[in-house]
Amino acid sequence: MTRLSNSFPPDRASLVAFITAGDGDTAANLDALVEGGADIIELGMPFTDPMADGPVIQLANLRSLSAGTTTADIFAIAKDFRARHPNVPLILMGYANPMVRRGAQWFTGACTDAGVDGIICVDIPAEEDDVLGPALREADIANVRLATPTTDAERLPAVLQGATGFLYYVSVAGVTGKQQAAQASIEGAVAALKSQTDLPIAVGFGIRTPDQAAAVAKTADGVVVGSAIVEIIAEHGGNAAPHVRDYVKSLSSAIHDARK
Amino acid sequence: MTETQNSPNSYRSQPDDRGHFGDFGGRYVAETLMPLVLDLEKHYKAAKIDPEFKAEFDDLLEHYVGRPSPLYYAERLTEDVRNNAPEGKGAEIWFKRDELNHTGAHKINNCIGQILLAKRMGKTRIIAETGAGQHGVATATVCARFGLPCVIYMGARDMERQQPNVFRMKLLGAEVIGVESGARTLKDAMNEALRDWVANVHDTFYIIGTAAGPHPYPELVRDFQSVIGREARAQMMGRTGRLPDLLVAAIGGGSNAIGLFHPFLDDADVAMLGIEAAGEGLKKKHAASLAGGEPGILHGNKTYLLQDEDGQIDEAHSISAGLDYPGIGPEHSWLSDIGRVEYDSCTDEDALAAFQQLCRTEGIIPALEPSHAISAVVKRAAQMDRGQIILANLCGRGDKDIFTVADALGVEM
Repeated sequence: MTRLSNSFPPDRASLVAFITAGDGDTAANLDALVEGGADIIELGMPFTDPMADGPVIQLANLRSLSAGTTTADIFAIAKDFRARHPNVPLILMGYANPMVRRGAQWFTGACTDAGVDGIICVDIPAEEDDVLGPALREADIANVRLATPTTDAERLPAVLQGATGFLYYVSVAGVTGKQQAAQASIEGAVAALKSQTDLPIAVGFGIRTPDQAAAVAKTADGVVVGSAIVEIIAEHGGNAAPHVRDYVKSLSSAIHDARK
Repeated sequence: MTETQNSPNSYRSQPDDRGHFGDFGGRYVAETLMPLVLDLEKHYKAAKIDPEFKAEFDDLLEHYVGRPSPLYYAERLTEDVRNNAPEGKGAEIWFKRDELNHTGAHKINNCIGQILLAKRMGKTRIIAETGAGQHGVATATVCARFGLPCVIYMGARDMERQQPNVFRMKLLGAEVIGVESGARTLKDAMNEALRDWVANVHDTFYIIGTAAGPHPYPELVRDFQSVIGREARAQMMGRTGRLPDLLVAAIGGGSNAIGLFHPFLDDADVAMLGIEAAGEGLKKKHAASLAGGEPGILHGNKTYLLQDEDGQIDEAHSISAGLDYPGIGPEHSWLSDIGRVEYDSCTDEDALAAFQQLCRTEGIIPALEPSHAISAVVKRAAQMDRGQIILANLCGRGDKDIFTVADALGVEM
């Protein structure tokens, strides 16, 4: 988890970049994210039923599964990434069923073996986290929880209890993709979260342009971009890496310079 | 509503306060939805003990739905079984006639309950998923009755095989959105409904059609559907002075089955049999989650699921769109694991045969869903003594299925 905490310096925000494992040339695209200046890599575990995702990431899940991607393939991708990039934090994002299919202990063991620093599980809320949560804690793997516009003050302490690594603020009530939240609502939400936790706050959902990313980077500790990168992979298929790198570079420059 | 017994030895005291039926159930939803399901639980708890809510529910069931539905002794089907059974064998076959409800299936019971909850919570827009279209029709019906806008998500493949119900929903004023993802059936419709809900949390109530999903849905759907079992229990006592020996119901998600079973769960002498859809056979494509699945997490609950070794969800198959789902309600998973209810399955072919048998012996065209149960009833009746009683839930009528059946029988219409 040290890799993760080192990735949130006090003087600038960080870019958290998402792609779906097994969609296109994942190894090349991961390298392109790092070359483009992404600070934290969020690798999506494809699932047949991605209920919280919009069309762009749904299709990426389907492309990956149609290409035959297995859980073993995902951990092999992660392990190879760790060998090439010993210092870049990698977190796995996905849905509960593929994560717990062989048991929470098996999953955290595989994460440790592959050098995975943390996980985001969309559909295990704090109330149901009494199996995977303790296994992650024991393995020293970050349990990145989500807070949303519907997470009220009464409920927030339950979400924060057991949250580690950073807190992911989902800035719109909706699925991943194109809709974006008003800047003022993001600022208000980040301030409210910061009054309740010392964890870094990363903001995501609907962020696509360097200008949007820079605006969020003024207040948040991290900016998450996913669907916009996945669209580039969808467009360019196996040759997406240079396009991904250039786009991510435009985002990371804007984010890293936002407070100068 | 149910008068849930809280005795520790009761099978009727589930779920626990976190929505768990033993190891199953729970609330596995995205954080955005979590405050909503907690709020729904709070409102449902209050509604459950509110005499006005119960009075309005009961009044609508009586005067709008047409309850109580009849309890019917299927004399000619019983004779048909006895003619082919060993000497002294051939149990009496009785049906709970929930296909005579307004809209033609048991689904309306639950929709009445949920729309009253939506109204109570001040929600102004209704969404639902549907497989065979019966739940979609029932939802569109109550939305028309209460003047609320209604969006129904339906797999594109299901729209093709259930066109009469698509037209019914549209006539009732609902917007029907075809879902093109995945196998384009019920599972995919449920994903899309959840995506709509997460994006419209402030004004939208999601009427889930079966006893599954995040807590409190499995509990409240069961409670609303338990009117089936409560009526049947009283009617059977009144007509025969005894309880049935065996209850039988078809299971997709399992709402008609849990509605029939639940009021009888503590009657030790009443055996119960749930029938899953075995499709083309359990070794081929099917929809029998208990027979061919393992526990996992999908659509808000932990339950038996058809899935591969990596936890990817398999496509289900059944000739009956209403049973074509790779999961099952969590209470059934629990009742199966503890052994209180027996579960078996029936193929497309056997369901089609039972469909025709009931048409010819009783003058009742059943839906393909209960045809699965009827197939099992006929087989079990032939093994049971003549003095014994089987009660099956005839949970839907077959008008919607005549095109599918004609196609399967090679008849051009």
